[in-house]
Amino acid sequence: MMLQVEDLHVYYGAIKALKGINFHLEKGEIVALIGANGAGKTTTLNTLSGILRARQGKIHFLGEDISQTPAEEIVRKGIIHVPEGRKIFATLSVMENLEIGAYTVTDKGQIARNIEMVFNRFPRLKERQNQLGGTLSGGEQQMLAIARGLMTNPSLILLDEPSMGLAPVIVEQIFEIIQEINDQGTSVLLVEQNAQMALSIADRAYVFETGMVTLEDEAHKLLENPLVIEAYLGGH
Amino acid sequence: MRASTATSKSILLEYIIKRRWLGNGLLILVGLFAVYRLAVELINNPILFFQQVINGLQLGFVYALIALGYTMVYGIVRLINFAHGDVFMVGAFISFYGVTRLQLHTWVSSVFPSFPPVAAQIIGAVTVVLLAMVTCSVLAFTIERVAYKPLRNAPRISALITAIGVSFFLEYFGALSFVFSPNFITYKRPFDVTTWYLNKGGIASLQSGQAIPPGSVIFSNIFVIIVISSILLMLALQYIVRNTKVGKAMRAAAYDKPTARLMGINVDGIISVTFGIGAAFAGAAGMLYAIAFPQVFFWMGIIPGLKAFVAAVLGGIGSIPGAFVGALIMGQAEVLSAAYISTPMRDAIAFSILIIVLLIRPTGIFGEPTREKA
Ligand SMILES: Nc1ncnc2c1ncn2[C@@H]1O[C@H](COP(=O)(O)OP(=O)(O)OP(=O)(O)O)[C@@H](O)[C@H]1O
Ligand SMILES: [Mg+2]
Repeated sequence: MMLQVEDLHVYYGAIKALKGINFHLEKGEIVALIGANGAGKTTTLNTLSGILRARQGKIHFLGEDISQTPAEEIVRKGIIHVPEGRKIFATLSVMENLEIGAYTVTDKGQIARNIEMVFNRFPRLKERQNQLGGTLSGGEQQMLAIARGLMTNPSLILLDEPSMGLAPVIVEQIFEIIQEINDQGTSVLLVEQNAQMALSIADRAYVFETGMVTLEDEAHKLLENPLVIEAYLGGH
Repeated sequence: MRASTATSKSILLEYIIKRRWLGNGLLILVGLFAVYRLAVELINNPILFFQQVINGLQLGFVYALIALGYTMVYGIVRLINFAHGDVFMVGAFISFYGVTRLQLHTWVSSVFPSFPPVAAQIIGAVTVVLLAMVTCSVLAFTIERVAYKPLRNAPRISALITAIGVSFFLEYFGALSFVFSPNFITYKRPFDVTTWYLNKGGIASLQSGQAIPPGSVIFSNIFVIIVISSILLMLALQYIVRNTKVGKAMRAAAYDKPTARLMGINVDGIISVTFGIGAAFAGAAGMLYAIAFPQVFFWMGIIPGLKAFVAAVLGGIGSIPGAFVGALIMGQAEVLSAAYISTPMRDAIAFSILIIVLLIRPTGIFGEPTREKA
């Protein structure tokens, strides 16, 4: 098992955001976390990547407990978090954003190959490589955020709402890219409001409600689950 | 009655602050008047004027080196590091001891007596400045770890007050007789001063005891050394910040710390490096300042530190080119007001600039509108 989360409790001060979360991800899978606003999806990803600390519970990645590992070390273990809202470094150029993405890579040749690889995947970024990150459109910023995440050749990528605020055509494109990244061997943990899209590419999914996992199943089964249809797929 | 005056005053003030054009208009008027006055002086006595510009450049470059530290630290941790001026003082003292106690400026000629003397002197002086820079870096690194880092998540005012505390600590600790000294000490330059004069007839060196020929401006090797070493240091900084991995990490962390950590950047380490670089520049500035005004004293960092701070605010705090431009303006403003108004006016003008900038354009010349970031 690649990632196993056990009984995760996370607080913001006195506010309890996660109340004992359990889930897992096998190598090569796309696992989706879906749920309403404020359910605790972002909190979960931030805890996995070390930005937040769990008060209780364990996070095993490739057999090792990383729940106390600092964020900058977790990156070196092969987990990359593409945060909610893209968080592009607006004052750095597109190229510099990619270079910062490869901060933990020491082999210059590897960095050059990875830049080549993401430019092949996102030709738009190549055209705009000298532009400041903050001047990109929303869709381009999302592409840059994913590209920046790929610069370390991660074994697991955490994506937080990659479709947020994007036009349907762009969303389609982004999801195709996620599928491709997964086909090439990177495991994906995908947080989405757009449950339809997420479930259509995921292998399995977990439904979050107010800091707890209330439902888990294979994605195609959840697409037909009346509870999910009612709550997250626009209920028909 | 009183209340109504107070409100009408505050309404007026609010009006001035809100209506940028009014503020800017006032500023333009003041600026035009200053330009007019300076033009008159320039026409009346161009030699005196150019002499002041040279003196102002020398001062401005030293301020620039100090201002860079303020602006870099502010850029990354949003802290006005009021102890920065005192780090500058420590740099001046360290270079003083490097010269008087360790004789570091002569090490080359004592180890390799056949070395060309000019090169030996340059290497010696560079050794002294490196000692000052490294000591200041280590000092700032320690201050950051001990005093500021524990307050990283505290309200900003806590760190600001701590910085003022650190500033007093450095001053009065330095004043102890077994540390630096409670007295003014004459600074021993690591080289001899040579002066040149420049006029229509060309450039020539001024012999000791020789009167300055009329119609010439004079400048010394001190001016040349300050300008060249400041420019070299600033080019080095520009290179570090623009092109190196550490520099990119500094810019990324300045923009967004949590996301920088997601890229694998050790943000605390980068903050330490930033403090270290800023302090190294202050250390170099301390030595250059002491060479220009050959006296060291435990309070010597206060006024240059404050003026460099004004320069950083004027240029736009957080902006590196801003610190440079702001410092050059400050150098000129100070020297020209001392020459054409009166010497005490120098400091009054410097701090009036701070007040005017904060009222009319708090983001300074190069600053972007404030964007709060974690
Ligand atoms: N910095 C914070 N301080 C206090 N409470 C927070 C903070 N961040 C999140 N919360 C709270 O924690 C809970 C979970 O928030 P989280 O951001 O994880 O939700 P989410 O599932 O990602 O929602 P969304 O789909 O809207 O992004 C919410 O109740 C939220 O108000
Ligand atoms: Mg969220």
